[in-house]
Amino acid sequence: MHAMLGGNGGPRRNRQATAAVRGAPGAPRAPGTPGAPPAQGRETARNAIAAAVAEAHRREWALVLAATARVTRDLDAAEECVQDAYVAALDAWARQGVPRNPGAWLTTAARHRALDTLRRDRTLRTKLPLLIVPDQGSGGDAEAADGSDAIADDRLRLIFTCCHPALAREAQVALTLRLVCGLSTAEIAKAFVVSEPTMAARVTRAKKKISTARIAYRVPEAAELPDRLDAVLTVIHLLYTTGHTDPHGCGLVRPELVERAIELGRLLRQLMPDEPEVCGLLALLLITDARRATRTDVNGALQLLENQDRSLWDAAAIAEGGALVVEALRGGRPGRFALQAAIAAVHAEASSYAATDWPQLLVLYDRLLRAWPSPVVALNRAVVTSMVEGPAAALEEIARLEQDGRLDSYRYLPATKADLLRRLGRRAEARQSYQDALDLTENSAERRFLAGRISEMS
Amino acid sequence: MAQYAILIYEAESGYAEGGQQASQQAMEAHGRFAGQVGERGGKILGGDALEPTSTATSIRGDIVTDGPFAETKEALGGFYLIEARDLDHAIEIAKLCPAQFGGVEVRPIMDTSGG
Repeated sequence: MHAMLGGNGGPRRNRQATAAVRGAPGAPRAPGTPGAPPAQGRETARNAIAAAVAEAHRREWALVLAATARVTRDLDAAEECVQDAYVAALDAWARQGVPRNPGAWLTTAARHRALDTLRRDRTLRTKLPLLIVPDQGSGGDAEAADGSDAIADDRLRLIFTCCHPALAREAQVALTLRLVCGLSTAEIAKAFVVSEPTMAARVTRAKKKISTARIAYRVPEAAELPDRLDAVLTVIHLLYTTGHTDPHGCGLVRPELVERAIELGRLLRQLMPDEPEVCGLLALLLITDARRATRTDVNGALQLLENQDRSLWDAAAIAEGGALVVEALRGGRPGRFALQAAIAAVHAEASSYAATDWPQLLVLYDRLLRAWPSPVVALNRAVVTSMVEGPAAALEEIARLEQDGRLDSYRYLPATKADLLRRLGRRAEARQSYQDALDLTENSAERRFLAGRISEMS
Repeated sequence: MAQYAILIYEAESGYAEGGQQASQQAMEAHGRFAGQVGERGGKILGGDALEPTSTATSIRGDIVTDGPFAETKEALGGFYLIEARDLDHAIEIAKLCPAQFGGVEVRPIMDTSGG
């Protein structure tokens, strides 16, 4: 019954050491107490090394793990070897200095460790279901660490394996954070507001399914790529939206999730530069995030797009996103991420809410609705309709969505309806709809906003 | 190559109501399926259709009862044992498996040969 052995016994041993690596400061700590100058020098040097290792943890984790997994053919064993390599780096880099290419150093260290372990545990391994690695190709030896093609491929293998459709969406998200971003189970559990044992079980189950069901460690073939890529993009987008409006929390944004999502978007863009939807997703994230600072005021109260101070938007991010949108739309038949990014760009590039090109938005929403017939898209289109044809026309679209029923528990449906009714001066009905929205809302910044509107309508 | 079971779950009412014609169609579809598996580089190692759940007898410990373990709308009606390279390959094959009144489930076969 060795299938039952599959999986664990892995990374637990090194958790503390890794926590030390991960917890290392992003910048050197404040210098030691005055009056102990020699110690202070050593302390500063140690902190600089710790910072370099922490930086490499953030930047290189996916690369190192992806290459190591191909050697171990076991995700747990690969994680353990990679964690060991980061711990070893703390010492080695202090003695030899930080290497010019930390990712290659760590990959070599992790793969050497993996090969050692393989020799030692050969008998045990024959009983474990191993990761299926098709077309192993050239990069089988540890020295191929800087053959960048092989490595790019490995990171894609890792990403596509984590987001395989045979895994539940929540498992895809957890695995991506764990294996691609290198987050600890505790950090992932916290981000998704579940207990650590629950998250640990979710991750273990998913890894076990990868090995026992033989989910291959590979990049999908051209024919399956559109669907498989959509799953990857959806996972990254889900990470972003979870961070963008914290469903349970008090603040509106969880910056660490937002940043991880953008980093993943950038990584994917680097690995798949010719995919318009990859380009579209990164554009969408950058442009949406450019408004982060103005989504709430100094008191944490929600600010609608209409009232945001556009001079505070991140112009560099909007420009970068705008250029990506142009690229994503090139070549015709844009997908849902490219179109959403184009919509975000129209908003971002308007000098004021009133100056927004609403007719252009309506065209884009119609195309988006064809590419992605979702009731949420239809709801957003209704808002644009209200700016082009007036709130009464938009209310007809809302009525159709209410009939449809799929958005029954979606708080933005009654919130949008309330706003249209308010603009038509139908205060009593507006009040009721704001109340309906409030009943469906848990985020406290949003709750305060809705409560404010209710009292205005009284 | 690894082994997978393709478990076919269908609403038995489909065949009860569809009569001779539905069964005939299913037989032909399964005949075609056998050919398609080979074309895709997989292999059928075995498989059979099951009589409906009205013929089932369940045994738990010493207790023998009439009927299947769980009364569900879609019941296990047949299975294949196949050989495929990996899960993606097994899914590719399973997508071709006829199940006009339901769907199929793919499960890896546990390897009990070693150890």
